[in-house]
Amino acid sequence: MKYIGKIPEELKYTKEHEWVKIESAHGVIGITDYAQHALTDIVFVELPQVGKKAGQFKPLCVVESVKSVSDIFAPVSGDVVEVNDNLSNNPEHVNQDPYGIGWIAKIKVFDESEVKNLMNAEEYKKYLEGLEH
Amino acid sequence: MKLIFERSVKGRKAVELPKLDVPLQANLIPEEFIRQELDMPEVSELDVIRHYTALSRRNFGVDNGFYPLGSCTMKYNPKINEDMARLEGFSQLHPYAPEESSQGALQIIYELQQYLKEISGMDAFTLQPAAGSHGELTGIMIVKKYFESMNEKRTKILIPDSAHGTNPASATLCGFECVEIKSNSEGEIDLDDLKSKLTKDVAAIMITNPNTLGLFERRILDAAKLMHDNNSIVYMDGANLNAMLGIARPGDFGIDILHINLHKTFSTPHGGGGPGAGPVGVKKHLERFLPKPSVEVVDKKYRLNYNLPDSIGRVRAFYGNFGILVRAYTYIRSNGFEGIRAIGENSVLNANYLLAKLKKHYHVPYNRTCQHEFVLTDKYLSNDVSTNDVAKRLLDFGFYAPTIYFPLIVHGAIMIEPTETESKETLDAFAEVMIKIKEESVNDPEILKSAPLTTPVSRLDGVLAARKPILRYERTMALNEPTH
Repeated sequence: MKYIGKIPEELKYTKEHEWVKIESAHGVIGITDYAQHALTDIVFVELPQVGKKAGQFKPLCVVESVKSVSDIFAPVSGDVVEVNDNLSNNPEHVNQDPYGIGWIAKIKVFDESEVKNLMNAEEYKKYLEGLEH
Repeated sequence: MKLIFERSVKGRKAVELPKLDVPLQANLIPEEFIRQELDMPEVSELDVIRHYTALSRRNFGVDNGFYPLGSCTMKYNPKINEDMARLEGFSQLHPYAPEESSQGALQIIYELQQYLKEISGMDAFTLQPAAGSHGELTGIMIVKKYFESMNEKRTKILIPDSAHGTNPASATLCGFECVEIKSNSEGEIDLDDLKSKLTKDVAAIMITNPNTLGLFERRILDAAKLMHDNNSIVYMDGANLNAMLGIARPGDFGIDILHINLHKTFSTPHGGGGPGAGPVGVKKHLERFLPKPSVEVVDKKYRLNYNLPDSIGRVRAFYGNFGILVRAYTYIRSNGFEGIRAIGENSVLNANYLLAKLKKHYHVPYNRTCQHEFVLTDKYLSNDVSTNDVAKRLLDFGFYAPTIYFPLIVHGAIMIEPTETESKETLDAFAEVMIKIKEESVNDPEILKSAPLTTPVSRLDGVLAARKPILRYERTMALNEPTH
């Protein structure tokens, strides 16, 4: 059985399995339940620096699991204004609660219309079901 | 098992130093520089011998058994290599010995470069880099220097999604931005994707051939031409050179810079048994950027040339891991021209033989004739048995595990490289066990999930080790108490 995981309704998704929650011109970013499950145990999150300019679908930061090292891509463009420092000592939060205490960064969004390039929950679910694995 | 530190007993020792035969000088070293306590284990010779013999029994290497670790070319390293590296003329040679008294060593370096040139089709070599990743870094530094010399600013390096992780690391360390190239359904570089990403600011592509799926990049000439038409450089990661020894030469199919792993292809020790060596070869137009010093012949004498103004500089103390170079030299000389080709042929034959035996039982994502290695997946395993479980269970049968979960583009990858040094009997035995494990996934999945059962330790907590690594010994218990 393929693992699909939780897909909260209110979030937007990328093909690379990041989510973003947009509120008052700011976006909170993390990786999806499917992604954390596929990566298996996450052992290190290399957080972006506050002030970094993120480009839509450009590498934002890196997560390392026992299996691999993966780039995390920014779902929308913007300036990084806050990062989840807790992950430095507790990378397992990403596994335990990818949509909650496992959030990665908060960015000030440049252009909210970029959201049209993202998937909603239903589209992401279909996308996952269509993936080969 | 106890650490050597934990075996320490105060006053116990293995050697008696000769009595001081000069007057004792007080205050030779100022007080503040003298450490009060040196945490050295105090042990007898027998303690040391037993300790390390016990450790060696828990070790597993190619001298113990089959080691099909994909992409690592764990071939048997002939012992004659060790004999040659231990010849006193090499092992006792001081790196600062003058050129006149180190002609033999310089000759080895020079001739090994000649052999590697002939085998690879490149025009010039440096033997300094101490590992494959170091070779990559050296190669990309040459790329950077080349474009600087042309006053051109190029910022990007293209890297296929099947590449070794060290490729993007090397490019990033040199300040380049990595752009990923997708693989197509045949497991090769997608040329359309390459074209769409090939902009004027692309400095180079880092290509691995055969790639990490064990497949030959059949359109390498087209890829190289696209790059060259853009005045970009074609770098090849030569980690998998074993498959094409004596058959194809990177220098003949458009490669401008190549690194070779002597510890893979040319039978020198790996990893913990290392050190390694990652020579870098270049085409003529890049020769002037190679690290210095180079070894030259002038009037039938070998000499070191430091007068290379365009060189990227030194990348390693002295001349690289010289003892390793002697081993690779010995290997090439013992095999000779025809032997070298037989290595390539047999590594491919062995891999295809194993693939043919296993493909009825395990899913093969790219069903083609492979090169020196091939990739299976976890798709046909039952009862949630994972690739990791298969790898662990293999240990119970006295085999080392294949490379797992790499390349990343294959889900649950099991990457197997038998090398040419294994016999048909070994390959048959391994295939039989792999098939048995597949059956266990149906009939007895629990045994797979708790494997290995016969090793000194079973499953280690890899997650804890990665999250909270303990990287050095710290005195945590009272020492100096007698141990049994």
